[in-house]
Amino acid sequence: MNEERSGFAEMEHTADWQIQVWAPDLNKLFAQAAHGMYSLSQVRLKAGEKVNRQIRLQAMDTEALLVAFLDELLFFAEQERLAFDEFDLEVTPTGLSGNLKGAEILGQQKEIKAVTFHNLAIRRENNLYQVSVVFDV
Amino acid sequence: MIRIQDLTRISPYEWEIPLTFNPEMRVPVHIFATRNLLEKIMDDRSLEQAMNAATLPGLVDKVYVMPDMHQGYGFPIGGVAATELPDGVISPGAIGYDINCGVRLLASTIDVEAAASELDTLASAINHFCPSGVGGKGAVKVGENELSQICAHGARWALKQGYASEADLRRTEEFGCISGADPEKVSQRARERGKPQLGSLGAGNHFIEVDLVDEVFYPRAADVMGLRRGSLVIQIHCGSRGFGHQICTDYVREFQGAVRRYGIKLPDRELVCAPLSSPEGQDYLAAMRAAANYAFTNRQILAHQARQAFSETFAGKIKNWQLHQVYDIAHNMGKIETHTFNGKKLEVCVHRKGATRAFGPGTPGIPEEYQTIGQPVLVPGSMGTASWVLTGTEDSMTRSLGSSCHGAGRMMSRSQAKKKIWGEDLRRELEQQGIHVRAGSLSGLAEEAPLAYKDVDEVVETVVGAGIARKVARLRPVAVIKG
Repeated sequence: MNEERSGFAEMEHTADWQIQVWAPDLNKLFAQAAHGMYSLSQVRLKAGEKVNRQIRLQAMDTEALLVAFLDELLFFAEQERLAFDEFDLEVTPTGLSGNLKGAEILGQQKEIKAVTFHNLAIRRENNLYQVSVVFDV
Repeated sequence: MIRIQDLTRISPYEWEIPLTFNPEMRVPVHIFATRNLLEKIMDDRSLEQAMNAATLPGLVDKVYVMPDMHQGYGFPIGGVAATELPDGVISPGAIGYDINCGVRLLASTIDVEAAASELDTLASAINHFCPSGVGGKGAVKVGENELSQICAHGARWALKQGYASEADLRRTEEFGCISGADPEKVSQRARERGKPQLGSLGAGNHFIEVDLVDEVFYPRAADVMGLRRGSLVIQIHCGSRGFGHQICTDYVREFQGAVRRYGIKLPDRELVCAPLSSPEGQDYLAAMRAAANYAFTNRQILAHQARQAFSETFAGKIKNWQLHQVYDIAHNMGKIETHTFNGKKLEVCVHRKGATRAFGPGTPGIPEEYQTIGQPVLVPGSMGTASWVLTGTEDSMTRSLGSSCHGAGRMMSRSQAKKKIWGEDLRRELEQQGIHVRAGSLSGLAEEAPLAYKDVDEVVETVVGAGIARKVARLRPVAVIKG
């Protein structure tokens, strides 16, 4: 049930990219934001051997933590050509730790320059976390 | 929600959002637009973003927005804002992630008729010599020490390495090297991203375009610039790649804390800023300048590579195939400049995001040969449409902080553009117009379709009509290379 209540959708933006993300908890919200970002840049993973990376981040608040997390994924993509499709995350309001499972990038159609703080605010309504993220492309 | 009737009409090309409309604004917002362009601008949230920009501490004069304005993140694309030294702020988000993204124009005396049969070969050669695409590696890989040299010396480093001529540097904004850069203020992560990408175009809206000089409007200026009707020219549009993106990312994150420390309240977290006189402000200024120098060097190496492509295509077939530089201009930059307000000279930090410098004749800082005509302003259009070469005017110095427009300006989202046209269809249409296309991604090509952009001719008519720029020449594309 909770899985069904998680997701992301692309929103209209004149020049850049924007996604709306929702999930019942922060762990899933962060994972969905990552899935959304990879979907926008049309990342395809190589089949076969999986790779794991440990991640640990801290930030001044949850929004800054989300930006830091997505930035980290952009860095993995650019430097190691890695992207992830399984996230085992433990997210608190100012800290994140966990394991990322993914593979080498087979193809990527679009380049994301950065994750922005533009109008970034994680809201919780009806036991559902929601956030809108704008990417500079 | 602002409406047209809330604006004060100054002229057919200028409008203003008065302070009375939004009490949070510290200065008015001055819009350069025809009524038609203004209506397009009001389709998105760019004016709201301009009003948010007008709340930054330490602003002087007005926030100006150009006719190619559109919604960005935090600060609108096409925005210009000056903050007074020493305590006015500097805002990384008001400069953008692609620090010193800009355009370089090189010209030849190759007659398009004589080169017509070679244009497809030329497009392939440029595509081969100028690396592009997502996360693409560059033509030159540098180590730690060389990267520090590039941060400090910009295109002067390229000159030493044989990638540039003195004439190239003379005809580059800031002469290819902005002083005050400090590589020590750049994170290791930015350095890791920067080292492999030097001399690469990237993806998105970045491109290399071969054009012909279609019409000349200001013969004396065109002559000084070496622009001859019917001749081939080449535009290179790119910036500081992952190096600049990371520097902006690092400082936007760091400034989230700085605004708390300095008690600055903002309507949008992407506008975070710090006083120029603060350690945080000084650190960002020095790092931003390092990225600017990286971008000047990046475009210089791509110019060198483009020359290789011209050589391979035309040497032995056309006598004079060489490319000379017309100008290299930044359109995402923060600059310390002196401007006059109410008869008083002030030192200010001018933030231009999706806007160019457009200094008029006689202004210090522009090449000697351009002193009588004004600084060249390069306005690339969208694929398949015209691009323009303009010059700054004396009026631009007093009426737009010595600034002008930077392109056509988007008016349609990327997803909308893709719904309207397929990349393959667009490529065919462009080929039918005689434009040779090389694209790394067909969906990326569709996102950049001309229908997604405003009419660049109307944008240019606006800045010319408002008196902040003068037409020199119109360019027409014959080959487009995109990542």
